[in-house]
Amino acid sequence: MAFPHRPDAPELPDFSMLKRLARDQLIYLLEQLPGKKDLFIEADLMSPLDRIANVSILKQHEVDKLYKVENKPALSSSEQLCFLVRPRIKNMRYIASLVNADKLAGRTRKYKVIFSPQKFYACEMVLEEEGIYGDVSCDEWAFSLLPLDVDLLSMELPEFFRDYFLEGDQRWINTVAQALHLLSTLYGPFPNCYGIGRCAKMAYELWRNLEEEEDGETKGRRPEIGHIFLLDRDVDFVTALCSQVVYEGLVDDTFRIKCGSVDFGPEVTSSDKSLKVLLNAEDKVFNEIRNEHFSNVFGFLSQKARNLQAQYDRRRGMDIKQMKNFVSQELKGLKQEHRLLSLHIGACESIMKKKTKQDFQELIKTEHALLEGFNIRESTSYIEEHIDRQVSPIESLRLMCLLSITENGDARCSSDTHYGPEHLLTFSNLRRAGLLTEQAPGDTLTAVESKVSKLVTDKAAGKITDAFSSLAKRSNFRAISKKLNLIPRVDGEYDLKVPRDMAYVFSGAYVPLSCRIIEQVLERRSWQGLDEVVRLLNCSDFAFTDMTKEDKASSESLRLILVVFLGGCTFSEISALRFLGREKGYRFIFLTTAVTNSARLMEAMSEVKA
Amino acid sequence: MNRTKGDEEEYWNSSKFKAFTFDDEDDELSQLKESKRAVNSLRDFVDDDDDDDLERVSWSGEPVGSISWSIKETAGNSGSSHEGREQLKSRNSFSSYAQLPKPTSTYSLSSFFRGRTRPGSFQSLSDALSDTPAKSYAPELGRPKGEYRDYSNDWSPSDTVRRLRKGKVCSLERFRSLQDKLQLLEEAVSMHDGNVITAVLIFLKRTLSKEILFRELEVRQVALRHLIHFLKEIGDQKLLLDLFRFLDRTEELALSHYREHLNIQDPDKRKEFLKTCIGLPFSSEDSAHIQDHYTLLERQIIIEANDRHLESAGQTEIFRKHPRKASILNMPLVTTLFYSCFYHYTEAEGTFSSPINLKKTFKIPDKQYVLTALAARAKLRAWNDVDALFTTKNWLGYTKKRAPIGFHRVVEILHKNNAPVQILQEYVNLVEDVDTKLNLATKFKCHDVVIDTCRDLKDRQQLLAYRSKVDKGSAEEEKIDALLSSSQIRWKN
Repeated sequence: MAFPHRPDAPELPDFSMLKRLARDQLIYLLEQLPGKKDLFIEADLMSPLDRIANVSILKQHEVDKLYKVENKPALSSSEQLCFLVRPRIKNMRYIASLVNADKLAGRTRKYKVIFSPQKFYACEMVLEEEGIYGDVSCDEWAFSLLPLDVDLLSMELPEFFRDYFLEGDQRWINTVAQALHLLSTLYGPFPNCYGIGRCAKMAYELWRNLEEEEDGETKGRRPEIGHIFLLDRDVDFVTALCSQVVYEGLVDDTFRIKCGSVDFGPEVTSSDKSLKVLLNAEDKVFNEIRNEHFSNVFGFLSQKARNLQAQYDRRRGMDIKQMKNFVSQELKGLKQEHRLLSLHIGACESIMKKKTKQDFQELIKTEHALLEGFNIRESTSYIEEHIDRQVSPIESLRLMCLLSITENGDARCSSDTHYGPEHLLTFSNLRRAGLLTEQAPGDTLTAVESKVSKLVTDKAAGKITDAFSSLAKRSNFRAISKKLNLIPRVDGEYDLKVPRDMAYVFSGAYVPLSCRIIEQVLERRSWQGLDEVVRLLNCSDFAFTDMTKEDKASSESLRLILVVFLGGCTFSEISALRFLGREKGYRFIFLTTAVTNSARLMEAMSEVKA
Repeated sequence: MNRTKGDEEEYWNSSKFKAFTFDDEDDELSQLKESKRAVNSLRDFVDDDDDDDLERVSWSGEPVGSISWSIKETAGNSGSSHEGREQLKSRNSFSSYAQLPKPTSTYSLSSFFRGRTRPGSFQSLSDALSDTPAKSYAPELGRPKGEYRDYSNDWSPSDTVRRLRKGKVCSLERFRSLQDKLQLLEEAVSMHDGNVITAVLIFLKRTLSKEILFRELEVRQVALRHLIHFLKEIGDQKLLLDLFRFLDRTEELALSHYREHLNIQDPDKRKEFLKTCIGLPFSSEDSAHIQDHYTLLERQIIIEANDRHLESAGQTEIFRKHPRKASILNMPLVTTLFYSCFYHYTEAEGTFSSPINLKKTFKIPDKQYVLTALAARAKLRAWNDVDALFTTKNWLGYTKKRAPIGFHRVVEILHKNNAPVQILQEYVNLVEDVDTKLNLATKFKCHDVVIDTCRDLKDRQQLLAYRSKVDKGSAEEEKIDALLSSSQIRWKN
């Protein structure tokens, strides 16, 4: 269990510095508003903030009371109000309503808005329009990298996915570039850069610009991380749409891991209260099972339970002195392990119960059939039945998307009639984002495209084609799968206990496309020989490599790889790459705009009231 | 520890061997249960003394002292803010933390913003003396950005855009000719920063007529998408619709208009609004949905008024026995169907709330209808209705059982609704595929079906194996024994 790293695997850089940096910046900003103040925090920032600071730190910097930013009048009686928010229009309106109410009541207070991770001009415009520009002071808290684990950095920006991949808004690209710039200042330049996807390319270019402007910063530094790989989520939707079966992914799918911690309800804790549990490498039990296929986890946990019992049993026959030693030295560790063990056993049990209820087996079978491309008729009727039964609308949507992408839009369920009229907007969004593909829109697009290109000069026409390419593209999944060998040929049973390739994260049925691409490029140190794949991915213009001379990079750093997922990555992908790392003696570091899964992708596509 | 030694001896001796029997390796769930029991049995021993290594957790599960916890506290106490403050003070009083050392470290703030070659070692002498000059990682932190004002008038478009990217306030007023404005936009687009693109668009929107703006954006798709998203976000619906109209994007225009219904709370107003959407240029498929959406809400409003009245009158049995959990307004179609199968099953087709009427009006497929009706009637344990759902008569008057969804599915749904074994048995028997039948019968403990099927298959071995699964001395066991000793059957094994 829990395969060890190869002895020559490099050490991971220490990312806890990022936390200190963020905390100290925040303290600095709070001190910019001297004196007692009430702090209003946006709900989405609370968990990330909890990971780097606590109440007493805030109190030390004269924060009196804490409030959540929500659409309610503020009851604060403080003379100074500080708002810690994401740069969103609705937050600006909320602040404006507060300030304007004060003005109306003839009350003067000091207001400060701290935008995290950065301020947007659209927000300032709203402040101006509402007549409070100048009444509030604005600042930026560039907290864009939260280390969730020793090898996982999250920007905690789930909205990146919708903003870019649905709306085509590039507002977060600068944030990504800034984050990469910070990493290179702290951990040295990256000698080898690779990337695929339109957004990846833009982020890379903007980052390079930044480095040039502030040149000298990283020059002369020895690189700590040898490679960086940027990847757009829409290069591989399929992997993110699959049900997860490695433990950490399954826990995320079942209980939703939020900002590195999970709320285990009474059904898991076997008590009457819920428990918030941090899930990371420090949890020794979790660390050993997180990357395992779920079927292995039971055996491991019972072995652990047996060992634990044996260790407790040693108490028998101890003399006083030995007992004293045992209590003072070992008992605490054993108790800790005991607590963790019972939590994860409870979680497994609860997962089993839920999954059995959902016919998980049948669901997985259908997914595998879709991935492999056989029995499409059967899968289609399974999905239709799934919709009819209204098991879960999000789940049905996910299956429809999986069917549509793997079959390149050729297969369709008679979904709409079954689905009911209320999902019209969601369907339209899914189509726009390329999660649902159909043949017809491709043709209409070309029509629009040619109409538009007649209007403009040739140079601009090229740009338009670019802009359309993400909309018009077809998935070509089947062809890509063949080219990259994503469906392993297995004689007999795939032994999930001793995985032979990354496919183990999907029960041996499918190698995650994103991870396979990364593996192939790292092996070649370029995109050479992958032209056809890149073409099929509709990324001919957006696959790039950039190498600098490697004389300064140590061989150790060359086995450290930073993978940047733009639009989110799943725990299954993380597990698969950790596996690849162990096989090849690499260590991967993950930087993602947010950790995602199929449900989150689907939810991001639904429309709610403004 | 208060437990006496004798107690403990007994505890260990009795629980130890019983808890750890993992002979049944292949049954994973039972294995898991065993581990759980074992671990839980340790709890008594483990939990009885100090809990100092456990996180202190409040009733809601948030760690005490965490920010999310504290906010909940403020919210909970907001009604009486004075008292709330007192509570907060006492819980995390100033005196208690005033004595604490600075939490981060004793280093000065500024030291964190200086360069250091390796994290963790920045306190060492060699660092202090190293010849690499200290670099600032947050160079602009010293001065709030708002103070960067720039009145210089001769920044080129590319310089301007670069300054905008850095968040500096920068006047755009000097870009007055269309050519200048467009050049500014091109620069912003080529830099890829969406925030800057939007900033330029805000300026263009203010200083260009919308016809000119639209015309120029039509050939600049990246910028166009930013404008569309911006308009959506600030809620400038009018300009957005104008833009779609100009671009001749009729479908997006229709969808955008339709989207507004989400912001209308009042059901009657929402209904009226949906009516205005019906004629809009949707795709033919979507048009049908819009019509359905309108009709559905119209129905729901009628049903809701009627049922609310019935419920409050308290005269109708079904509403008394099963009070409604929520209003049916704005619920999805299938939920509405379920609702009407639950509360209005027997109504004549002519009423708006009858299930058959819904099925016809919205062309609900047969399978979906049967699944929904089955779930609703099973929940009410109306087994006769369930029976009727699958009974068809042919022209000679013979009855036959038919299920468009397959009887295996029927059995599962019945089981989920805790149907009694007699009922389950009846439907398990209707499953055509013998293996599926046997599996389901075993899973749901329909002994008679298992026994009869084994007999029909002449599978003595399987019957023998099943004997161990029924209760000792039960009627089932007798039945098996009788069969096993029967000389009438020619067993195949």
